[in-house]
Amino acid sequence: MRKDYQKYLSEKERILKGGREKYHKQNEEQGKLFVRERLEMLFDPNSIVEDGLFANNLDPSLPADGSVTGIGEINGRTVCFLAADSTVKAGSWGPKSVEKNIRIQEKAAELKVPIVYLIDSAGGRITEQLNVFPGKRQGGKIFYNQVQLSGVIPQVTILFGPSPAGSAYVPAFSDLVIMVDGNSSAYLGSPRMVEMAIGEKTTMDEMGGARMHCSVSGLGDVLVDSEEEAIDACKRYLGYMPQSWKDGLPLEKVVAPVSGRDVKEIVPLNENTPFDMYELIDQVIDEGSWFEYKKLFAPELITGFARLNGEVKGIIANQSKVKGGTLFVDSPDKAARFVMICNAYNIPLLYLSDVPGYMIGSKVEQSGIIRHGAKMISALSESTVPIISLVVRKCYGAGLYAMAGPAFGSDVVLALPSAQIAIMGPQAAVNAVYYNKIQELPEDERAAFIDEKRKEYLKDVNLFKVASELIIDDIVGFDDIRTEVIRRFKFYKTKSVMKYEKRNAIHPV
Amino acid sequence: MIEIPSPMGGSVWKTEVQVGEAVAVGKVLIILESMKMEIPIEATEAGTVKEIKVAEGDFVQEGDTVITIET
Repeated sequence: MRKDYQKYLSEKERILKGGREKYHKQNEEQGKLFVRERLEMLFDPNSIVEDGLFANNLDPSLPADGSVTGIGEINGRTVCFLAADSTVKAGSWGPKSVEKNIRIQEKAAELKVPIVYLIDSAGGRITEQLNVFPGKRQGGKIFYNQVQLSGVIPQVTILFGPSPAGSAYVPAFSDLVIMVDGNSSAYLGSPRMVEMAIGEKTTMDEMGGARMHCSVSGLGDVLVDSEEEAIDACKRYLGYMPQSWKDGLPLEKVVAPVSGRDVKEIVPLNENTPFDMYELIDQVIDEGSWFEYKKLFAPELITGFARLNGEVKGIIANQSKVKGGTLFVDSPDKAARFVMICNAYNIPLLYLSDVPGYMIGSKVEQSGIIRHGAKMISALSESTVPIISLVVRKCYGAGLYAMAGPAFGSDVVLALPSAQIAIMGPQAAVNAVYYNKIQELPEDERAAFIDEKRKEYLKDVNLFKVASELIIDDIVGFDDIRTEVIRRFKFYKTKSVMKYEKRNAIHPV
Repeated sequence: MIEIPSPMGGSVWKTEVQVGEAVAVGKVLIILESMKMEIPIEATEAGTVKEIKVAEGDFVQEGDTVITIET
């Protein structure tokens, strides 16, 4: 064989193997796959082209400089990738890997295709800090690019391992973050560093584990048990996304909803009794089409992608089974981000409301329930996609605003016969309006008075009165939700909304 | 032993178990009333009810322990 060719083949073979054997073993022990196996699972067979394979090849300890970047196909669609190799210096970012990462982001931007970040990295290589951390085309540029790309092309992060300090911001700037339970973590300072700097003793799981981030901090969106599931979730998510904000949404064939109880049996007569909103959602969407966003975070509000007649929609629904469906400080964060994803990628929104309102009391006020709550209303108000609002049961106070009430750009507000729209529930309203009067009455007359006023109040917020005043646009039968919503979404496709010209809105944060 | 916290602020409406009672995961222990909704508080682990720390009508804050279970 020619010598030059032989040299090429042996170098390539060496680099494709990644780091030293003991690090491969370590990976295996932790249930982690080698970066190239991950890419093989994520992408269609033999569809990948790679850039910078020979980066830093003169240093035998740094195959590909610890970062694999390139372009491939996922279910026949072009997708860019950036993947850390944890067998090479713990997947840390050196000068060449940072440059590779920046280049593939720029490529994704030019091609207008999604990008997937497969993170399993110790962060910036501290030994080379002046070449990876502060400069114009170094670590910070990766995050700058992520922000520029946000809303232009879908960006998904899969965290397979640690993502400390610098690289911890990759998930924060992504649309969707998938984390593997037990292996993924993200934190600014390691437990050891935390103990040294501030004296706190903590563990990785408690401070930066996957489950914590998916249920408490909200950094993670999808928690999975294995790398295989993580890759599957990424593929499924991209199946709901366009290639870029200007492209059409992927269509699937029409599937009927799963067979289940009628909606009129699912929704209880008593408005105070919780019921499982997932059961209702199942009766509206195509069977098997549900992809939930932030399932474990703020579960009093459900957000997820689904298909109706094969077409992608975003669903936001109150879950009365958790905290009565009351909106807390985390629920608007979840809703606002979900709405922004949907609006960015032209995914129509369906709101299903059954909400007693925002939580009240000293605890939530001190946590900023008003400014947090405003985020959800702000994201909704800025949306220009088709929006259908269906009042399932109660919809009280600012809950009506948050759930796409009539004033918030929704194309239609529909109500089930079980719906009740009011500024607050009857009991609270009577107490608020007639507090002084009630106090003046002798105690034995109070109950009768409250009951009388309650009846008057109920007459005032009666659904047919609300419909007569044109506050809602139509009342829909329990069994007709799916048909009605599909038909209306078809008509609203040509919706075009002009917003005021400006540099940017001042978002509540 | 595990402590069952209240998921939100509200008043205790009903106590559904007694001290010494064996409970399975998902068993409703206490029902709160908050925001005019019934908020069931369920056992997250199986065991025996050790202590009921609240009485009907009490106000509980989010995170307050309402019941302890010997697992």
